[in-house]
Amino acid sequence: MSTTTASSTRPYGRIVANILVGASVLYALLPLLWLLTASAVDAEALFASDFFDLSHLALVDNIRALLTQDDGAYLTWYGNSLLYAVGGAAVGALVSTAAGYVFDKFDFVGKRPLFALILISVMVPATVLALPLYLLSSDLGLANTVWSVLVPVLFNPFGVYLARMFSASYVPDEVLEAARVDGANELRSFFFVGIRMLAPGYVTIFLFQLTAIWNNFFLPLVMLNDASLYPLSLGLYSWNSTAPINPDYYPLMVVGSLLALLPLVVAFLLLQRYWRAGLTAGSVK
Amino acid sequence: MSTTTAPGKPRTTGAPSAPHTTAARSHSPRRQAVGVLLGPFTLLLFAVFLIPVLYAVRLSFFSETHTGLGFGNAHTTFVGLRNYAAVLADPSFVRGVGTTLLYALVFIPLVLAGALALALLFDSGLVRARQLSQTVLFVPHAVPGIIATVIWLYLYTPGISPVLDLLSKADLTVNFLGLSMLIPSLVNIALWSGLGYTAVIFFAALRAIPRELVEAAEVDGAGPVRTALMIKVPLIRSTLSTVAVFTTIATLQLFTEPMLLSRATPLVGPRYTPNMYIFDAAFTRNNYGLASAASVLLLVVCCALSYVVTRGTTRSTQRVPDPRKARS
Repeated sequence: MSTTTASSTRPYGRIVANILVGASVLYALLPLLWLLTASAVDAEALFASDFFDLSHLALVDNIRALLTQDDGAYLTWYGNSLLYAVGGAAVGALVSTAAGYVFDKFDFVGKRPLFALILISVMVPATVLALPLYLLSSDLGLANTVWSVLVPVLFNPFGVYLARMFSASYVPDEVLEAARVDGANELRSFFFVGIRMLAPGYVTIFLFQLTAIWNNFFLPLVMLNDASLYPLSLGLYSWNSTAPINPDYYPLMVVGSLLALLPLVVAFLLLQRYWRAGLTAGSVK
Repeated sequence: MSTTTAPGKPRTTGAPSAPHTTAARSHSPRRQAVGVLLGPFTLLLFAVFLIPVLYAVRLSFFSETHTGLGFGNAHTTFVGLRNYAAVLADPSFVRGVGTTLLYALVFIPLVLAGALALALLFDSGLVRARQLSQTVLFVPHAVPGIIATVIWLYLYTPGISPVLDLLSKADLTVNFLGLSMLIPSLVNIALWSGLGYTAVIFFAALRAIPRELVEAAEVDGAGPVRTALMIKVPLIRSTLSTVAVFTTIATLQLFTEPMLLSRATPLVGPRYTPNMYIFDAAFTRNNYGLASAASVLLLVVCCALSYVVTRGTTRSTQRVPDPRKARS
């Protein structure tokens, strides 16, 4: 590496580079630290921005207040978000992985136009689809049900694109040929050989889809009326609309937001290898 | 990747020259496998993409009219392009498009240039704790848009925000929710969410550049800044334009942040962006024809944009520059 020569010949460059990156890291981190400290103090300290007086520590009280507000609505929303995001991403990533595998390993009639259509659908904003989806599902009597928010998020065309690339690099054709010689049919080859080799790709697609669904706001906003079906994003939105009228909701919003972003942040920290792989595959064409 | 080694059973390892009879024999099982594995996705493609798009296009040509004084049965009539004309002639829609364009003109160059600069710094080898810095920079991407907005909204709100407290101690007052600061305040939220994510994508593309090209430039006497701008940036041009398209499409969808801001300040109206216009037309005014026409317009703009840029990049990647020539 030329790192050592570069650093010894250009100390100023090194200092400037580290200051710039350090400043960006602080920019990313400080709002989250504010959320963390603001969640841990009582309302009086929150409005005074007084985070260093230990007598105002109230994290446990805040969480208790959060969980009991509106008959435990927050826990219901949390459960809904887990169902939509984990269930949707688990099934959706499997559907995408299977489709990407087929596009990589098989030839069939209409393959090229179908893949072109998938690439186009990647570019179509989800918000454009939300209105016709709402009208269609209300015709079918499915609006304001779990299915109206669970089924559309299974569709992940970018996941198919990623899975095709993962399949091309992780699943050697010789292995499938060997399985065929062994007498395994194509379906068995996928479920017993292909999918094991595609497991890292599956986790990557799962992770990105999990994020997208957990953060999804527009579709539930359009589809759902019933507050007991809300995911966290929509539930917090409804509380936020109340906060300017009733300031009691500000501390609830703060601690509710903190707990709502924890699962994703933890998932991303634990599964670093996978999202890095996904971004690499997505960036290098 | 350690998992890519074949789990080949001992019996089969000696038979790489597998006869092609299997391919010929298993024609229909193969078709069956394609059907089973691709079927669910194709079903979704039709049910939640193709049919809704076509339905929106159809709706955009119809209008619901009420006979008599509006109390009679509603029935839909074909109105041709009248919904489109109504959308385009609506000053609130045009203003929303203008707002979004202004926002895009500030945000897109800022996030792309900022992320590229960060990625080049990471790639330069000058930065300590590179992996950790990237992870921390990436974390805001995992924060739901609604929560990112709530955090920043509170940091913009007098009485809650420690930032405004600090500024007021220095005798500075900034009204982040004032008219002149609205766009910068919105851009800041999106920048916070997207900067690290975009930087990691660019960094991944930079890592894929053959090291010989960079070393050749260094041997030729190019400094790190010159190498970065003249060699590395042109080589990741296709990644840059792909990310630019995705960023632009996301920008045109601007909804969550201004929707939340509209609850905090009367300066953000219910039709502040095209997407908010669509939502307002459909669910406040119950005018599905108008909302569909606006949706289709947005769709056409997104497809046209991505078409132009993908065409542009396929052409430009065909003449990958010789780095030594590119320097002159």
